Amino acid sequence: MAVEARPAPRSPHGRARLMALGRATKPIREARGTARVMLWAGAAITLFFIVLAVFAPLISPYGFSEYKSGGVRFPQLAHPSAAHWMGTTVQSSDVMARVIWGAQTELEVVAIALVMALTIGVPLGLLSGYFGGPLDRALVVVMDALFAFPYLLIAIVIAFLLSNSSIGGGILTAAIAITVAYVPLYFRVVRNHVISLREEAYVDAARALGARPRTIIRKYVFFNVVQNVPPIATLNAADAILLLAALGFLGYGIQPTQGAEWGYDINRAVSDASSGIWWTGLFPGLAIVLLVTGLTLLGEGLNETLNPVLRRRRFGRIDFEPLPEEML
Amino acid sequence: MRPEAAELPPEPEAAASPLVSIRDLRTYYSIRGSFADRLVGREAGVVRAVDGVSLDIRRGEVLGLVGESGSGKTTLGRTLLGLARATSGNVDFEGQEITRLPEREFRAVRRRMQVVFQDPHASLNPAMTIGQSVGHPFQIHGLERNRDRLRLRVSEMLERVGLAPAEAYLDKYPSDLSGGQKQRAVIARALILNPVMLVADEPVSMLDMSVRAKILELLLALKHDFDLTYLYITHDLATARFFCDRIAIMYLGRIVEIGPAAAIYADPKHPYTRALLRAIPEPDPERAVPRDLPRGEVPDAARPPLGCHFHPRCPNAFEPCGWESRDLRELLEARWARDAGREGVEEEEALFGDLSALDVPSPEVRFPPPRGRRPEEIVAALERIRSQDPGEPFWKGVERLEAQDAHVRLDFHPPNDPRLERTGEVDVACHLYGSAPR
Repeated sequence: MAVEARPAPRSPHGRARLMALGRATKPIREARGTARVMLWAGAAITLFFIVLAVFAPLISPYGFSEYKSGGVRFPQLAHPSAAHWMGTTVQSSDVMARVIWGAQTELEVVAIALVMALTIGVPLGLLSGYFGGPLDRALVVVMDALFAFPYLLIAIVIAFLLSNSSIGGGILTAAIAITVAYVPLYFRVVRNHVISLREEAYVDAARALGARPRTIIRKYVFFNVVQNVPPIATLNAADAILLLAALGFLGYGIQPTQGAEWGYDINRAVSDASSGIWWTGLFPGLAIVLLVTGLTLLGEGLNETLNPVLRRRRFGRIDFEPLPEEML
Repeated sequence: MRPEAAELPPEPEAAASPLVSIRDLRTYYSIRGSFADRLVGREAGVVRAVDGVSLDIRRGEVLGLVGESGSGKTTLGRTLLGLARATSGNVDFEGQEITRLPEREFRAVRRRMQVVFQDPHASLNPAMTIGQSVGHPFQIHGLERNRDRLRLRVSEMLERVGLAPAEAYLDKYPSDLSGGQKQRAVIARALILNPVMLVADEPVSMLDMSVRAKILELLLALKHDFDLTYLYITHDLATARFFCDRIAIMYLGRIVEIGPAAAIYADPKHPYTRALLRAIPEPDPERAVPRDLPRGEVPDAARPPLGCHFHPRCPNAFEPCGWESRDLRELLEARWARDAGREGVEEEEALFGDLSALDVPSPEVRFPPPRGRRPEEIVAALERIRSQDPGEPFWKGVERLEAQDAHVRLDFHPPNDPRLERTGEVDVACHLYGSAPR
């Protein structure tokens, strides 16, 4: 038990952690066929938008609310051209700049909303599912009540309530509105899975070992539940983009002074469309479609690779050499 | 070890104080009723999984708890481990009453009493490596925080249970191991804190035949090295014979026979034990014995038979065994099912009409004949049934059969719960033995 009984300190534990990571990503590396295509296509599209969002100040030719450059005002409703690749709007702002900055807004809101929804929904689901009883019943009733409303309606109500508060009509407001809409979903998924895991022998074994409920939930339940979350969260992100765009379209989302937002831009472009001005609506619309498609592909791909029920092991076909003539 | 165990008498003074002493333990589960029942908070009844069990487990012995599925043997083990709450009764473990300990205080008991479950595939957390799982008890109880020393102790334990070299298993996940290897890891995890008692709940029944004997041998070797006491729960009398010092036979929540393993095999007393022993497959067809296995199925533990729980299936049942209304219904329905389509059966069914009045358990039956029938006809029919099969034990229980006040009256001998009584080397709960029925 002396200190010198320490060959190569820490190394086995570090290796174990690496192996755990390798194990967690193994199904992704081993994905084949459609799942693999979906996974990588979705990841590429999503990554493209993440790059746009992160490097918006470098990529975008102008700021999202800029309407003049070098003292010269941009033309109004100009066709796409070399100076303005996606044209300009009625307020003389550059459509491409708004699309690029819009990516930043969308991803920021969705990221904040997902983090909040997960940090609220997952622990509540774990507690509710593991302990059951009156707490579980009360939470289920509340969550079901929230679940019964359409997402958009809840988001509008929350956004409306918050717009008068000190938070105002910014990114945080939109994120909170989306969070409230999605917490019940995570809660349900996690709770139901925990209830089925609670009957597993290894949870009983942990109790018999003397583990506290906290330890059981953390070490025995959480790690087995959490695998479900990435696909759901990714699919949800796609949904949240649509929700945010819808809020913006209806005027309850990000206020124009706070950032560029695709839904808001489409709303402004509605009147343009009838007069043959297609570029103000098309590009933000395409951006929404593309990002949502990317996230959906990624989510479905993850679902198919991580979910053991859907995952199908592929076996290579074995072709035998034809038997020589004389043996037939 | 074995011969000494065979002569252990349960005299209170002679034996050292038992490690575990169970007294009149009952564990009932409430049944979730229909949706409507649940809405109004009404309970649909209770299952008496463990229904008045008293037994001692002595230090250093292997006590086998044998019974069919549904006999309550697993629930008894779970109650002992504090995984199921006892409804009433006491369990003394190392001199401490544990059935009413709050979870927090039970944790100390758990260092002393461990469990190996039936299904090795489900007993290990799939998200933890073998090393983490086996070492986790140390962390749970805060006994070893130094990770290198912990790894060392886990390695020692793994090699002790036959997972050698430990390095090859420490960082594997349960899904990488075979069933036998997993069960070895589960045993390592159970024993790493040096408990005095191990509840082994069918530890080999999910394993391949080739692995079973090895795991049982390992358990015996570990018992010797670690000075353990086992409660070995199984449905398999064949392995129990090889493994146990004493055996308790359980049926529907009660112990019907308990005694030294050798005595139980040599001279089974209780008709149920005899039936179980006859049910052990005999590989040599030349020596195969006729198997008059108990008729019927294990009854519903929510509404166990009156008197001796085994009496409806017992070939030796007689007057005091607890004959009652439901036995009559069973008898009639079995008869009609057997003779279905034969002449006269339909008339007989029509004569008795609705039998649901017989579902209330009672040793005194009064039921009216269906409209347009006289009770005398039913009594005559019953007499005819009796005369066709006078050997049927049911009729021994009938004290009185007559028509009275336009009802059929059927009185059985009053039911008696047989208690465990010393008979030769074993204790048996059966009216065939011991003193006159109380």
